[in-house]
Amino acid sequence: MELTRKDILGLSDFSVDEINLVLDTAESFREISTRTIKKVPTLRGITVINLFYEASTRTRTSFEIAAKRLSADAINISTSTSSVTKGETLADTAKTLEAMSPDIIVIRHACAGAPHILARLLGQSIINAGDGSHEHPTQALLDMLTIRQKKGTIEGLKVVLVGDIMNSRVARSNMYGLTRMGARVTVCGPAMLIPRGVEGMGVTVETNMQKALQDADVIMMLRMQFERQQGAVFPSVREYARLFCLTVPMLEEARDDAIVMHPGPINRGIEIAPEVADGFRSVILDQVTNGVAVRMALLYLLAGGRQ
Amino acid sequence: MGREDAKRIVMDAERIDRSIARIAYEILEDNKGADDLVIIAVRSGGIMLSRRIRKKIADIEGVVIPMGILDITLYRDDVIMTDKKPKMGETDIPFCLNDKKIILVDDVIFTGRTVRAAMDALIDFGRPRVIRLAVLVDRGHREIPIRPDYVGEKLPSSLWENVNVILSESGGDDEVVIL
Repeated sequence: MELTRKDILGLSDFSVDEINLVLDTAESFREISTRTIKKVPTLRGITVINLFYEASTRTRTSFEIAAKRLSADAINISTSTSSVTKGETLADTAKTLEAMSPDIIVIRHACAGAPHILARLLGQSIINAGDGSHEHPTQALLDMLTIRQKKGTIEGLKVVLVGDIMNSRVARSNMYGLTRMGARVTVCGPAMLIPRGVEGMGVTVETNMQKALQDADVIMMLRMQFERQQGAVFPSVREYARLFCLTVPMLEEARDDAIVMHPGPINRGIEIAPEVADGFRSVILDQVTNGVAVRMALLYLLAGGRQ
Repeated sequence: MGREDAKRIVMDAERIDRSIARIAYEILEDNKGADDLVIIAVRSGGIMLSRRIRKKIADIEGVVIPMGILDITLYRDDVIMTDKKPKMGETDIPFCLNDKKIILVDDVIFTGRTVRAAMDALIDFGRPRVIRLAVLVDRGHREIPIRPDYVGEKLPSSLWENVNVILSESGGDDEVVIL
């Protein structure tokens, strides 16, 4: 089994074998981050450009660390300090960067489909680090790696995604990936934040959180995407927190061994109570650690060999 | 092509066992005992052989020496040039290598490139006192200047042949075959 695709744009067309390949490879990469010398020479001479049109701490840092631990050269471009502020279009920026011969471009953009445009335009491998409300494939892969580590498998587990399903690219990528891997996925949130027809993705919809959490093996809390919500989608943050915040009593509804996940950054007290976020069920920091391993695996699997 | 017919058994279980015993004695003689000795197996061919050598050393000396497993995929010199990415395995070295006497173990030495990669990897884990190389089969055709310290058997082979070392957990069905 090998990864033959040029780009990682989303999980909508990822096969079970491809997901397993990425997770198995990532599992082997975890060890490198535990060494005293956290670096292997594998991607010497490979240049990775991180092109971030949206604010990011963990994803950008994670990609940068992943590239550097593989000895690739990582260059970060954030739009606030680049020519984008002078009005350059995405295509022009892409062509300019291509002229400097990078090998892999990681892009985050507020517009869904921006990575796909780059993938068509450029010969380089493109990795989607989040495009609008569309997909965030590397996040879903690191979530699946974390679930697999903690539960041994993904198949057959009940995974509940709670929060702003409508605007969450993390939710979308996870719905594609988790259902493909055989998990039973339930999405939960205010009706206004659940996209119509989402059942078509093979998930169950439940607007009552207590009911949704029954027998859950994995609870994935999503961040309120205030920046993407247009107008008033729900009456008040306080009401939302009362109905959908993962508190200690709420957690009791799930299985005793359920794990709690969150892609970060977390809004403490809105979607998750601090005692839960920092509690022993929380695997939020494992997710961050796994993020580096998953991104190392993807850079490794995409790089080179395509001359 | 009738490859099955061309299979030749070049070492049987008894001969393999005697080779491993000799290697174990040589290692202990050179190092004057088992102090500071550690075994690092090259994944995956070196793992079973390492266990055998370690068992022999335990039988002779009464000491179980530490053993680690090294995956050299990320140190290969061709990994970026090929479309087919080799399947990675985990590296598991649960002890410090500083000042240790490492016996690096692989089943077959051929071009020497795997050993080159393994040595680069080991240096990333610390500064061992010495690294010595033990192999069951030396089939020649070296492409870089590397020479094993402990050799079970020298088997001149043609470049197009495959040398397979088959070691079972029990030791009963062991054989080295040329295909």
